[in-house]
Amino acid sequence: MSMQPQSPWPEISFQDRMATARFDVGERAHIVVDGKACADCSTKACVVACPANLFVPTSDGGIVFNYEQCFECGTCYLVCNHEGAITWTYPDGGHGVVFRRT
Amino acid sequence: MAEAPDVDVVVVGAGPAGSCAAITLARAGLSVVLLERGPFPGSKNMYGGVVYPRILDGIIPNWWEEAPVQRWVTRRSTMLLTPTQALTVDFRSDAWGAPPYNGATAYRPDFDHWLAGHATAAGAQLLCSTTVTGLLRDASGKVTGVRTDRPDGDLTARLVIACDGVNSFLAKEAGLHGPVDAANYTLGVKETIALPKDVIDDRFGVRGREGVDVEILGGTSDVSGGGFLYTNLDTIAVGVVLKLPKLAAQQRRPEEIIARLKAHSAIAPFVEGGEIKEYSAHLIPEAGLSMMPKLAGDGLLVAGDAAAMCLAAGIWLEGVNFAMASGMYAGQAAVEAIGRGDTSLAGLAGYERRLADTFVLKDHRKLRRAPKLVLSDRVQHLYPQFVANVVEGMFRVENPAPKPGLRRIVMRERKAAGLRIRDLAKDAIDGARTFG
Repeated sequence: MSMQPQSPWPEISFQDRMATARFDVGERAHIVVDGKACADCSTKACVVACPANLFVPTSDGGIVFNYEQCFECGTCYLVCNHEGAITWTYPDGGHGVVFRRT
Repeated sequence: MAEAPDVDVVVVGAGPAGSCAAITLARAGLSVVLLERGPFPGSKNMYGGVVYPRILDGIIPNWWEEAPVQRWVTRRSTMLLTPTQALTVDFRSDAWGAPPYNGATAYRPDFDHWLAGHATAAGAQLLCSTTVTGLLRDASGKVTGVRTDRPDGDLTARLVIACDGVNSFLAKEAGLHGPVDAANYTLGVKETIALPKDVIDDRFGVRGREGVDVEILGGTSDVSGGGFLYTNLDTIAVGVVLKLPKLAAQQRRPEEIIARLKAHSAIAPFVEGGEIKEYSAHLIPEAGLSMMPKLAGDGLLVAGDAAAMCLAAGIWLEGVNFAMASGMYAGQAAVEAIGRGDTSLAGLAGYERRLADTFVLKDHRKLRRAPKLVLSDRVQHLYPQFVANVVEGMFRVENPAPKPGLRRIVMRERKAAGLRIRDLAKDAIDGARTFG
């Protein structure tokens, strides 16, 4: 990662960053991505915009998506320019991200 | 209505809007179910800042004696950043450190949980871990309740108040929103960073429960938006707010944009050495009045973020207060409508009237041009550099050359920034109209 200016302290890995947030993962995938639709997409805005980095491009031009560490923000379906590629719902009651109390 | 509904009112979402609606309804003696999809109220909620609590005075007298506040904001800074410069306007008021207080930092899971407790204390029934999956409607299209993901999860009511947040699928399902445009939204990403309280006190120049809110323009790389930095008791929060289409059109990820902000010479001394306690993200309905849905339908009211009531007007960044107030006014209008036996769109007209008579819509109308101006390319990408260079020119001592004079510096830097006089004049007039 080229970073100008350089960070004066080591940045934590993305995995460790996500490990700071709590997720009570439900059995049902609340977001479903149609990988075939993604293969035709040249922009793949979800890849850069998702704050949880859940959209990973594959070598054959598609997208692999994992719903488990989702903040449920809605960024992906809003930036997606391919209607129907992302089916977005809330997780089942009680599941998903749980922000911390003190 | 053929059958009596299960309850008088279903409120969807136990955030600040939903809880204030439920408090108002329950205190008026109506039966209320408050639905929350998270395991507890506030569990899905984060924000970039400050609760402005004046509206709470009328809901919970002396709320400051019990509210789970982190710090009282007594210092408010506005910072202009370029990659190598910073200009800060810093204001401090001792009055804001004493009752009734002007603003507070708080963890939303704490604050929202506390506020929902007042709804249940007033008699509302709080059902957590319950996701609403759609609206129930009668043959005429009037909303008659909600469908939830609980077994036998239909719940009928005389009225539904949708406080279901920025994505508001209920308001969309009811057809109250126009076409959804990503340009109306920003993504907020935040790091909560642990530091000892005395270190925070020293770095930010505060004592006791005094706190600081720093709003930042120009620290978001090529993406339009803004940054923020504020103090909790023993953590600080640093983050950025990013305009979605701009974020999507470049290659830097949100956490990299935070990292660059944190590495800035004006920010690093505040945040260094701390460990990230929580990384979080949330959408913000940024565009104000221009994106607001219709606020009511037959049997339905919409409040808070679901009604796009965040005020993102550059120097004013507010949301929780708009949510609490719109929820309270929705509750009042619902009490009135149910008392008259008319929860149709016409019967619910008291809601919009209350909003129009108070800061909720008055502020949004007054500042309706602000979101667009603040996120415009010149304000985002040209003016911070221009202003910082003018100030640097003023304070740089170039002996033996004499001081050039402010006028010459402004003209020189205007040319260097590629700013046309015509655009400067236009934006000055725009700014005066927007904030005047």
